[in-house]
Amino acid sequence: MIDLVTRWAGTPRTGPARLGRRLLAATLLSGLMAPAALAQGVLKIGMTASDIPLTTGQADNGGEGMRFTGYTIYDGLINWDLSSADKPSGLVPGLATSWTVDPADNTKWTFKLRDGVTFQDGSAFTADSVVWNLDKLLKSDAPQFDPRQAAQGRSRIPAVGTYRVIDPHTVEIVTKVPDATLPYQIAWIMMSSPAQWEKLGKSWDAFAKTPSGTGPWKLTLFAPRERAEMVPNKAYWDKARVPKLDKLVLVPLPEANARVAALRSGQVDWIEAPPPDAVVSLKAAGFGIVTNSYPHNWTWHLSRVEGSPWNDIRVRKAANLAIDRDGMKEMLNGLMIPAQGFMPPGSAWFGHPSFKLGYDPEAAKKLLAEAGYGPKKPLVTKVLIAPSGSGQMQPLPMNELIQQNLADIGIKVEFKVAEWNTLTNIWRSGAKSDMSQKATAINYSYFIQDPFTGFIRHLQCNLTTPAGTNWGYYCDPEMDKLFGEVRTTFDPAAQAKVLEKIHEKFVDEALFLMVAHDTNPRAMSPKVKGFIQAQNWFQDFSPITMAK
Amino acid sequence: MLRFILRRLVAVTPVAIGVSIVCFLLVHLAPGDPLSAVLPVDASPETIEAMRTAYGYDKPLVVQYGLWLWHVLQGDLGTSIASGRPVTSEVGRAVVNSLILACVATLIGFTFGMVFGFVAGYFRNSILDRLASAVSVFGVSVPHYWLAMVLVIVFSAQLGWLPSTGAGPDGSGNWRPDLEHLRYIILPALTMSVIPMGVIARTIRALVGDILAQDFVGALRAKGLSEFGVFKHVVKNAAPTALAIMGLQLGYLLGGSILIETVFAWPGTGFLLNAAIFQRDLPLLQGAILVLAMFFVALNLIVDVVQTALDPRIERG
Repeated sequence: MIDLVTRWAGTPRTGPARLGRRLLAATLLSGLMAPAALAQGVLKIGMTASDIPLTTGQADNGGEGMRFTGYTIYDGLINWDLSSADKPSGLVPGLATSWTVDPADNTKWTFKLRDGVTFQDGSAFTADSVVWNLDKLLKSDAPQFDPRQAAQGRSRIPAVGTYRVIDPHTVEIVTKVPDATLPYQIAWIMMSSPAQWEKLGKSWDAFAKTPSGTGPWKLTLFAPRERAEMVPNKAYWDKARVPKLDKLVLVPLPEANARVAALRSGQVDWIEAPPPDAVVSLKAAGFGIVTNSYPHNWTWHLSRVEGSPWNDIRVRKAANLAIDRDGMKEMLNGLMIPAQGFMPPGSAWFGHPSFKLGYDPEAAKKLLAEAGYGPKKPLVTKVLIAPSGSGQMQPLPMNELIQQNLADIGIKVEFKVAEWNTLTNIWRSGAKSDMSQKATAINYSYFIQDPFTGFIRHLQCNLTTPAGTNWGYYCDPEMDKLFGEVRTTFDPAAQAKVLEKIHEKFVDEALFLMVAHDTNPRAMSPKVKGFIQAQNWFQDFSPITMAK
Repeated sequence: MLRFILRRLVAVTPVAIGVSIVCFLLVHLAPGDPLSAVLPVDASPETIEAMRTAYGYDKPLVVQYGLWLWHVLQGDLGTSIASGRPVTSEVGRAVVNSLILACVATLIGFTFGMVFGFVAGYFRNSILDRLASAVSVFGVSVPHYWLAMVLVIVFSAQLGWLPSTGAGPDGSGNWRPDLEHLRYIILPALTMSVIPMGVIARTIRALVGDILAQDFVGALRAKGLSEFGVFKHVVKNAAPTALAIMGLQLGYLLGGSILIETVFAWPGTGFLLNAAIFQRDLPLLQGAILVLAMFFVALNLIVDVVQTALDPRIERG
């Protein structure tokens, strides 16, 4: 019977007819094989990237790159816990089973490595592999130094000073100054196989096509700009995370409508970042829209240079009370979380700020009047925005809504529009640079997953350009003291308390115009089962199966 | 004939040099830093500087141009900043994909364009002429991206008959002209063919009208030549112009359409250029534009030579 069905289905006909017959045959076959309701299956994902992210270890293409070719093929010494959708992700042991800081010398960290782990090429993962991988990024005269991976990874581990092998399962890392945020930094660093690199003639280009890490997925096909295919690493050390799927296929589809079309025509089963306009029709067609809170924010980063109107806390608070965040959410078809602070609601570091962000134009007008502005003397200022960009959501309509809201209370905003890469350069150059064109705020979205990216880099006094990205030249010794406490508080619970205090200060002093958090939306076919969307930039594809 | 080819080759040289200068300078005029798109947003100044040096952007523009041209003459178009792969292989692969798409689109466009053009030209002011002319006007005036989206909505999203993106079930690496791969090319090729179809149809219609009005056609008919015999003479007289237009249209199509290739995620030169523009990938952008411009120059040369072979009066002119 099966043979008859398949032979009939294979009869050459015109495309659509043949397709129809094959679908019918597949339906018949699925009926015959009913007990296997969940095939492990093939999951095809349409990414927003225009190319397959770098596959050698330190992925490019930002958070999406690490999500798809970083934490899939590789592990860090420390990983993110991606198993829950209900709570913010924390750090968990990866290739290191423990990490401790020397109580006598807070710069010395000891990492105990997991025993019996092998790379996908069969070679053993040892302390030598860790040092080799750090050299790959930090030691420019090392044979394995890779400028491309260094460009992605070096800035992630600014605290790392020296490192050495203690024994085959122990590594010591010495930081430049005491820095309790080191575990978050180390979670960025992926471990590539030294043996595979040697075997491939010490070529990172060759390694990119046949990479070897210790991660749950093995790359089997690498077609630049078109497709990457991965199969489960059955020998993965964490048996609970051995992938259930037969294959994971990644397809770069940078154009949003092309992604939607690919999903609707069944070419892919899952797309990243569906455009808000398509959400209603996708839902109506039976596709699922999966969202969750994650450490992302969409703000106006305020200038604090002399003469900036944002130096007055009343103006900052007034602006924060003038934004109709619920209206904005409606405009985006629900694809945003209205900001209640700098961190998303539910963040482990949210704390208990006393200033409540809400839509209260009257209170905002009152505050603005106290600051000396009103209908007869409006506050006129310039703000830098980009028409698009990574993590920027829908910047034009969102900024226009804010412009209108602020105009309603007496703040007249003139936009200076720059292309996204140009805006990034302006952001790097600081509010005092000519590039900033005397703008007093810049619309920027942030990855805020760890203490450094979440808080420190934005506001630490000595991180203004060129040392860092404190764009607005904010400087408050009290805040710096708190940042110092974060770096020197090695107990995670106590450190979280300090981070709460920092966040409370961020909100209570309205240090940013806090507007929205992205919901990390992805649209998927109802066939996709078992996906748990972690509150993280990275995700775990291991538990997923495909229903027939 | 040989002298003609040599003369055209000599004339092409300054064009090629000019094209290389324009290619190189144009991308430097665009705003944005090429390294911005590939480095993490908070990359340290040291990292940015190291990358700048590694890619030679710390050198004066003239030196950068000289080095780039020297490498280009040796067949090395540099290394893509975004992907780290050689530009030559990136562009080579994309050109092949665009060539496949362009050839299919040209075949469709040329065939229908010729048919509509001859029908309209032969039956001027008839209902057939009006119908054919309407189709031609639609071809040249319909926005590509709109037609692409409509075709995707109808044939991919609604009917599910044809794939909406990509060059094949397993990418373009194993592309072959079988039914499975042809299914992937139908929608982009059809979208791409409407402009050449319209242009060719309108030109041929006018040309056929002109030729039919010439004395020699009357003379042929007076001598008792069959209508098919007259038609063959008309075709022969229209061929050089049709070829020239087809060559130009093929040149345009070879350059890939950024809009069409992006909508269909067809991995050709348009898709590549789009990615290179958004990533400020200067080496890739320069390499791709140069190769496409040179294709255009070469194609014009070939068309000139073929035209001359068909109509020796052109060489004398």
